[in-house]
Amino acid sequence: MFEFLTSKFEDLFFKIKNKGKISPKDLDDALREIKLALLEADVNFSVVKELLENIKNKALGENILESLTPFQQVIKIVNEEMTKILGGGSSLINFSQRIPTIIMLVGLQGTGKTTVSVKLANLLKSKYSKKVGLIAADIYRPAAILQLIDYSKKINCEVYHEDNNKDPVKIAKNGIDYLRKNYSDVVIIDTAGRLQIDEEMMAEAVSIKKELKPHQIYLVVDSMSGQEAVNVAKEFNQKLEYDGIILTKLDSDSRGGAALSINHVIKKPIKFISTGEKIEDFDIFYPDRMSSRILGMGDVLSLIEKTEKVIDDKKARELEEKIYKNELNFEDFVYQLKSIKKMGSFDKILGMLPMMGKNKALKGINIDDRQLDRIEAIINSMTIEERRHPHIIDGGRKKRIAGGSGTNVSDVNNLLKQFENTRQLLKQFSGGGMKSFDFIKRRF
Amino acid sequence: MFKLFKNLNYIWNKFTKAGDDFWDLLEEELILGNISFETADMLIARLKEYSYKENISDPASLKNQLKNYILDILQDGESNELLNIGSPRPSVFLIVGVNGVGKTSSIAKLANLLAKSRKKIIISAADTFRAAAIEQIQYFGEKMGIEVVHHQRFSDPGAVVFDSLDKAVAKDADIVIIDTAGRMQTSSNLMDELKKIKRVIEKKIGREPDEILLVIDSNVGQNAKSQAEIFNDSIGVTGIILTKIDSTSKGGVVITIKNDLKIPIKLVTYGEKIDNIGYFNPLEFVNELIG
Repeated sequence: MFEFLTSKFEDLFFKIKNKGKISPKDLDDALREIKLALLEADVNFSVVKELLENIKNKALGENILESLTPFQQVIKIVNEEMTKILGGGSSLINFSQRIPTIIMLVGLQGTGKTTVSVKLANLLKSKYSKKVGLIAADIYRPAAILQLIDYSKKINCEVYHEDNNKDPVKIAKNGIDYLRKNYSDVVIIDTAGRLQIDEEMMAEAVSIKKELKPHQIYLVVDSMSGQEAVNVAKEFNQKLEYDGIILTKLDSDSRGGAALSINHVIKKPIKFISTGEKIEDFDIFYPDRMSSRILGMGDVLSLIEKTEKVIDDKKARELEEKIYKNELNFEDFVYQLKSIKKMGSFDKILGMLPMMGKNKALKGINIDDRQLDRIEAIINSMTIEERRHPHIIDGGRKKRIAGGSGTNVSDVNNLLKQFENTRQLLKQFSGGGMKSFDFIKRRF
Repeated sequence: MFKLFKNLNYIWNKFTKAGDDFWDLLEEELILGNISFETADMLIARLKEYSYKENISDPASLKNQLKNYILDILQDGESNELLNIGSPRPSVFLIVGVNGVGKTSSIAKLANLLAKSRKKIIISAADTFRAAAIEQIQYFGEKMGIEVVHHQRFSDPGAVVFDSLDKAVAKDADIVIIDTAGRMQTSSNLMDELKKIKRVIEKKIGREPDEILLVIDSNVGQNAKSQAEIFNDSIGVTGIILTKIDSTSKGGVVITIKNDLKIPIKLVTYGEKIDNIGYFNPLEFVNELIG
């Protein structure tokens, strides 16, 4: 399977390490890796070609061959180009002057329209204090109406539906009349999934648009979509001229390259992203995060900024040395804990690291930030001698430490065990996977 | 099916002799069909080698050879496209996949297909999570005259499966098809739930489920590899149902899945009608792919 771009770059870097400068051929190699990363992320092939051309020209223009950190410059350029594409257009919602604001959702089957209807309603309710009504206009899929009614119960939204009416245009029309009288600020129409080549179904969507003149039409796109996503989006746009995109299923490990292609070709903004099973797992879209995700780099750039601010260089070198010699002790540990806490919640930091997705040892790790406080308390209750030489901690000492930190002996045991595991893990990293992180840290 | 590969015809006709442009365009077309970069790369490298060794640069012959290479992958190994039905009865099929790929529709279509060959089917509505999932499968069941065993929403899917298997024995059914909730392969909790469902089946019938079918949407790109890999690691997958092949997307990624994980594609579905399902035919697939 795919190796992350950073580690590919690391290989390249080591290959040319002694040369000082890179040759045009090295640059081509780097560009090939970027091409691979983008294709693996499902960015459309023609978009990849165009993007690479721009990147190459820019790279040559900025004379990166002369630079001391050429690959970092390349990544930076790539990141900039992508963020530019992804960030085109505003991601704000335009509420209409005259209420209700009518929003219509369209898309292929199974992209998540019904779920998005309710999640969007919830967001508009909670963040913008709008009264939202829903219209169930998917009369085709069995139990689709019921799904919308059922799901929306959780957020207390009214759903307009007609169980015996087989005309979605009329249902939508009646729904808007009804919900207007009901003083809804926003009405969201959930339509049936349709193939862009199904002329009859596309004509139906067009007539809903004609009759109801929605203020906003959003295309719901599955972030796992492949090469064809851009053509689907194009066809939908030709018929419906939608205003923006809602990207779903971002809780998968898909890299969501389809978003980049669609943005690049159709030039419509991504408005929202849907990221999980819960109704609250729905948010406004941030272009910079997406670009790192597509490249498979994690949010490396911001992580580097953060680590640079927090960990001072001398300390970091000492630590590296100690990890390498397997001499890490609790004093270092507590220093690390404090640095980590300065950077934000642990989950977020892990999410920013590029290799976390693939590292088996760290898979499924769940860290509660409160646990960190407890760990710190335990370590603070150790004597300096104990912190430096954890192996001297025996039963009696454990009891004292537990008492001092308000924890149990089992907690102390757990920490000692975890600490030993961490030591092993770090040792592994310093010999292998972690190098890529070091590499970035040093080079940027 | 897979109409867009007509572009390939354009390539075959445009080049009378294979040159660099030819190879580049060929690679591009394969990738646009969602065949992964590595697989496309591998296929083209093999084709190039063949071209040089045999001194063949005539596109029509190369095209045939490319078809053969893909067929080799699809037909490699035991590659049993048929479903494992037989004794001891009832056969148990567990249907799994990520959200929105078309599991419930596929189950209705599969049940209908098997019922037509005079099999007595019981459907187990073990997607107790998604709103109205039970009602959706019940609707199909009523339409086809197939019994659907279900509990309340949010009840334990393992318990639904347990009851369904009891009922299947009592009613002397041939096949039990189990619908499960869509889940992202990255959600370890939900994958654990699936393992538990599998354990319930194993305990009850004293063997593994006869088929564990992973449903993959043709529209999905390279993430399908991750889906196949993780579902396979967690519960073992015996075959793939490729859905929505009437869309303009081509599920070329299944070639990579077959090549890397040796999981055969067993069924394909398309369209909104209940009989829009068929057994996977590698030759047809490749012919549609390359034209």
